[in-house]
Amino acid sequence: MTAVAPPVGRSRTERLDLIWEERPGLLGWLTTVDHKRIGLLYFFTTLAFFGAGGIEALLIRTQLAGPNATVLSPEAFNEVMTMHGITMIFLFIIPMTTGAFGNYLLPLMIGARDMAFPRLNALSFWLFLGGGLFLYGGLLLGKGPNCGWFCYTPLNTRTYDPGLNADFYALGLIFNSVASTATAINLIVTSFKLRAPGMSFNRMPLFVFAMLAVSFSLVFALPALTTDLVFLELQRKLGFHFFDVAHGGDSLLWQHLFWLFGHPEVYIIILPAMGIATSIIPTFAKRKMIAFPLVALAELLVAFIGFGVWGHHMFATGLSVSTLVFFAAASMMVVIPSTIQIYAWLFTVNLGRPEFRAPLLFIGGFIALFVIGGLSGIMFAAIPFDQATTDTYFVVAHFHFIIFGAAVFPILGGMFYWFPKVTGRMYNERLAQASFWVTFAGTMLTFFPMHIVGLLGMTRRIYTYHSGFGWDSYNLAETIGAYVLTLGLLMIFANLLWSRFRGVLAGPDPFYGGTLEWTTTSPPPPYNFAVIPTVTSPYPNWDRDDSDGLPLDHGHETQATTVRDGYFDEVLHMPSESGWPIVLGAVAVVFFVMLLTTHYIVAGIFAAVAALTVIAWNVHEPPQE
Amino acid sequence: MSSGTVPVALGARQNVLHPHSPAEHSIATLWWVMFAVSCVGLAFIALLLLLGWIRRNREALPFGGGERGATRLVVGLGIATPIVLLSALFVWSDVFVIRSTAAPSRGSTALTVHVVGHQWFWEIGYRGARGTTANELHIPVRTKVNVLATTADVIHSLWVPELNRKIDLIPERTNSVLLYADRAGTYLGQCAEFCGLQHAHMELIVIAQPRPQFEQWLRGQSSDAGAASGGGLQVFMRDGCANCHQIRGTAARSQVGPDLTHVASRRTLAAGTIPNDRAHMRAWLRDPQDLKPGAKMPQTLMSQRDLGTLVDYLEGLK
Repeated sequence: MTAVAPPVGRSRTERLDLIWEERPGLLGWLTTVDHKRIGLLYFFTTLAFFGAGGIEALLIRTQLAGPNATVLSPEAFNEVMTMHGITMIFLFIIPMTTGAFGNYLLPLMIGARDMAFPRLNALSFWLFLGGGLFLYGGLLLGKGPNCGWFCYTPLNTRTYDPGLNADFYALGLIFNSVASTATAINLIVTSFKLRAPGMSFNRMPLFVFAMLAVSFSLVFALPALTTDLVFLELQRKLGFHFFDVAHGGDSLLWQHLFWLFGHPEVYIIILPAMGIATSIIPTFAKRKMIAFPLVALAELLVAFIGFGVWGHHMFATGLSVSTLVFFAAASMMVVIPSTIQIYAWLFTVNLGRPEFRAPLLFIGGFIALFVIGGLSGIMFAAIPFDQATTDTYFVVAHFHFIIFGAAVFPILGGMFYWFPKVTGRMYNERLAQASFWVTFAGTMLTFFPMHIVGLLGMTRRIYTYHSGFGWDSYNLAETIGAYVLTLGLLMIFANLLWSRFRGVLAGPDPFYGGTLEWTTTSPPPPYNFAVIPTVTSPYPNWDRDDSDGLPLDHGHETQATTVRDGYFDEVLHMPSESGWPIVLGAVAVVFFVMLLTTHYIVAGIFAAVAALTVIAWNVHEPPQE
Repeated sequence: MSSGTVPVALGARQNVLHPHSPAEHSIATLWWVMFAVSCVGLAFIALLLLLGWIRRNREALPFGGGERGATRLVVGLGIATPIVLLSALFVWSDVFVIRSTAAPSRGSTALTVHVVGHQWFWEIGYRGARGTTANELHIPVRTKVNVLATTADVIHSLWVPELNRKIDLIPERTNSVLLYADRAGTYLGQCAEFCGLQHAHMELIVIAQPRPQFEQWLRGQSSDAGAASGGGLQVFMRDGCANCHQIRGTAARSQVGPDLTHVASRRTLAAGTIPNDRAHMRAWLRDPQDLKPGAKMPQTLMSQRDLGTLVDYLEGLK
């Protein structure tokens, strides 16, 4: 609890414990502002959504295992297919990487005691949970989004989608993007201002560079999506004409705005994975990353160039050739930051003394899958080939190699890598390695044949197909692969669950990692570091500094440093735990439900309640000492 | 009734790598070259991974130049090599090959076809000829055909994989794509942009035939339906069919659904969902929602006798 005068005569850690301790039990979790607990809330929530998205994937694969199947009706297929995409992107990967990994690890890696805005952080989580439940509420009512995750107009207008389906889609994603934006701003400010003294910009861990790049991408990309969705709701609910050609609107406007968000989104998905890879590789290669500045620059460049390539999703819409050529050139340029990183990873492994424990195995699998998905991605920058294969299973293969292979494999590897840090216990290494091979085999078997059926003319998003096109056996193989993949994932989670309770104690630094999170206990105490370390290297655990560091043990405090050089700037008083974020999250749910059901006056009242909540949130803060 | 295997398979597939036009040939060549280079690239990366795996738990490679040498390799392999390869691919595909898939220039084709996408069928009309047909696009072989495409409702995408790229059908815009077949035969196409419930059943059949046969077919399609006998037309007019469908030469003039003037000449019903024969026609008329759930055609409640009469009439509309 805060506002407790620091008791004199106790040891430093006892005093810090008293200052930073939160309420016990369930109430503690509901009111927490501790970035680690919020990270865990994100972790378990996104994992639950991953389970839902996985079940949807299995339903899709079961329906498509053979021709003319009737496991799902066309309407059920469309809802399941749409929710699978939305879930995996908006409710699993982004919140898992920014909300769970970013939240938990970033303050630890930079030597801070919390995120810059702890209550905003809690609010992000509750809004994320509310938005996710809102979207799934639609599915459970049989009114789930059914227009595909990019939901093109005019299919998304009331004429062709008269139910609430597209409203759940639009409002749910607006809801979700509020939470993502708040997380992104928090990550940016935290990595700019809360680094330990001495951690100048060029000594930031590469994971932090990646999170910074992701967060800037989110902040600049999400407004395009939100604009698009607000236009859509204004058209659907109030009769505006943004996309209505008959009244001077434009049907391609939706696509431009969507992909102006949607392609940076791909890099938002892949960049944290790159950050995780650059954390795991040096530890197990037992040497620092080679070409460190180039890799840091590459991570930022990916995010930047990612804003110039959206048109390559529209090569078949009949845009002028000069427009197409511009986007094709940008799409080829974005390859280069990726190849820089791939070779830097491979040479770091080969210049080191690599130890292929489970986390590095997953990163090895990630590199292989990322290269396959990257090579098929380059093919889409060859305009005529794109025009032939876009909207076929060749694209489905490509982006699953990227989104599942390149984004999820590092997440899985990262779960093993940081598991001892978070739980204090070791996972089972042999089972972890076995589960890697099962998952890798399942991934290849599920997604590789999709290239072939795509070239054989199978288009995406069809709920069934006739026999006789030569697709049947490939589709069956993909479905078998999906179940093998599921088995691999179940092995992983069974391992983690068992090890959480029965694993051997890990100690603070079982892998001898280079970054700051390995210098504190496992699991870290609520205040992360008893003494804020002084940093002189990008790998401070390998290049220890002997100076004293900042104790900051007289209040609920962390340090602020200068943005570029990391000089000590001031002591920040951090807010205490609070119930207001969850209240505001609940108010937001009601607000969006009222918008959905067109009760605009009630929605307005709840908007006012939200504003009052924000005021109460600040008034209620007890004076800091 | 099950729709079974694809009704018009007849050996026809939709294989991107089985080109039957110069445009599709260039796309296939582009693919094979990119595929070969990709294999080399993937093999190189796999070798580096394998090298790490073989050397696991052993001392670092005796690497001349150490970190600086490795950084030079990253610059050489990670920046210089891709710049060279990507520039070559860019110039070849996006400056030269792109011309073969570009929209045909005005007046460069011998024939112009209008295609309008509907949920879920294709309406097809020929410039200079009367009337429209549906779901079956006939073209003269070895002749450039300009397809002008748009949509009546949502976005669709026209794609005949063995003949050319795909082109999106967008409201109030007309896009253009070249169709050319170097050999007489049947080619399959389908809607490639998700367009709602029955996106899966929106097939387009392209039949390339020698010029005289094509012209004979087109003359047949332009003509009105023959004189009706047997009472089928009365059922058609009375039981609601005429609210949506046109049969030229009769009082049925509505153009919501496909034109049925020569429906019996087509190989499939409901855009490739089922073969066009008496049994399937009967099943379709009895309950379209069973065979194609969500299709715009409602169930009709007519007696078995009327149904038979109607099937007789429609299957006579050659």
